[in-house]
Amino acid sequence: MSDAVRAEGVAVGWDGRAVVEGITLSVAPGTTLAIVGTNGSGKSTFLRTLVGLQPPLGGTLEVLGDAPGAQPARVAYVGQFHPQGFVLPLRVRDVVAMGRFPRLGLLGRPGPGDRAMVEEALGRMDILPLARRALRELSGGQRQRAYVAQALAQRADLLVLDEPASGLDPAARELLTRALDDERARGAAVIHSTHDVREAMLADQALLMAGRVVAVGPPARAVSREAVIATFGLVLGDLPDGTPIALDPGHAHGHHDPHDHHH
Amino acid sequence: MTSLAEPFTDPFLQRALVAGVLVALAAAVVGTFVVLRGLAFIGDALAHGVLPGIAVALLAGGPGMAGALVGAGVMIGGVTLVTRSSRLSGDTAIGLLFVGMLSLGVVIVSRSASFTGDLTRILFGDVLGIGWDDIQLQAVVTLAVLGIAAVFARPFLLLCIDAESATVAGFRASRYHALMLALIAVTVVVSFQAVGTLLVFGMLVAPPATAALFAHRAGTMMVIAGVIGAVSVWAGLALSYAYDLAAGASIVLVQVAVFFAALTASTVVERRVPAGAAS
Repeated sequence: MSDAVRAEGVAVGWDGRAVVEGITLSVAPGTTLAIVGTNGSGKSTFLRTLVGLQPPLGGTLEVLGDAPGAQPARVAYVGQFHPQGFVLPLRVRDVVAMGRFPRLGLLGRPGPGDRAMVEEALGRMDILPLARRALRELSGGQRQRAYVAQALAQRADLLVLDEPASGLDPAARELLTRALDDERARGAAVIHSTHDVREAMLADQALLMAGRVVAVGPPARAVSREAVIATFGLVLGDLPDGTPIALDPGHAHGHHDPHDHHH
Repeated sequence: MTSLAEPFTDPFLQRALVAGVLVALAAAVVGTFVVLRGLAFIGDALAHGVLPGIAVALLAGGPGMAGALVGAGVMIGGVTLVTRSSRLSGDTAIGLLFVGMLSLGVVIVSRSASFTGDLTRILFGDVLGIGWDDIQLQAVVTLAVLGIAAVFARPFLLLCIDAESATVAGFRASRYHALMLALIAVTVVVSFQAVGTLLVFGMLVAPPATAALFAHRAGTMMVIAGVIGAVSVWAGLALSYAYDLAAGASIVLVQVAVFFAALTASTVVERRVPAGAAS
């Protein structure tokens, strides 16, 4: 089976200026890639390039055997920034049902299968009790669950998630981990970014970024002490299994730099 | 109630009522997107940007609606051009075109012998002077607006979240944004005769804003806005007949009053039922 993502010497950036160059990797169906790095390291820029929101600045990039953005129905994306939603008149179920829009197109009528996938996605993120609530009434973490559920409802062949765990409490993080495991088990490729090295250890591959590619490969090899220092600037200690623990200085207080995905 | 229904036995008020309700329906649908996407400023600018087009058409003895369409096209094209060719924000571009087109319109109208009368008619409409021909055209355009909104509901809804959501889902955001602007422009153009360019903006914003206070779904918001708009047309016309007030302005004044009454009511309800208590 061909790779879900194949990148050779890819450069990504803004307004013709590269943020990161030389990204070479491949992600097979049914595997996960965790991208680790600080704010401004180029994680979001790479993810946005994968889903076709901005063009690659160099190299060869294939997504599901095609140009990025060419197969929207097969690629689910959860971005890092969501509108506050205080005026958006949307119920949680409507938000999740939007995950079916790429498959349904302009006029396709949702059938029982579509509705079942929406209900299942709501259940997997444990937001069935919130399904009839207005999006604007929810907390940030609850909204994040709704957006992840939207991606799950799409039944995509590739899931691209930019810091999907941000704003989630431990229980919801557990649900997210389980949901992404299930996606991988059904054959989808999952690419997600994180500030947490421990999350990257659970993936099939890790890509450490710091304005450049620091390391890429199976976590046991890629997540070395040196690579973590190069990525985060420091290592706080080691877990019993030897995994280095890092603290992203820019993320220490849950702070989000709104310009992270820009320059 | 008899006294409020009484004026509508006059044919010119019946026509005004039908025309006003048609404007209210189109404005409810298009205005919902205006409110949800924060396009009020471009909506306002479009409402004024059509002024020079109408003025030229009227001075030349042509149809005002054609002039308005040209004016709207120039406005949208100008905003796009300024935004693309400079580092200025969309707001600044809209503002520049807005004052420029408004001034140009007033300058052109000032060449007319009946300056004040013409300007008042363009800005505030002549809902009582509408004929069945105008109403037929309005009905066709209103149906077209409703049809287009229904067909493109998905990309329009995604655009209300953000342009990226639409793009990633496979709907080219720039294309649907342009279509949405065109819908606003067409609604403004067919509405200006009934309520005037200044007040069509009120129709676009006030009923959907009122509906946004209560609705949990976009479709519900459109229905509520349509009902508020239509009832306001009826109430505004009845008030203008009873107290000899300007008809178009009375309609919009009713809509804005309804918004503030609804805002007060929703604030009181929210205080009684704290957020989170209701599910």
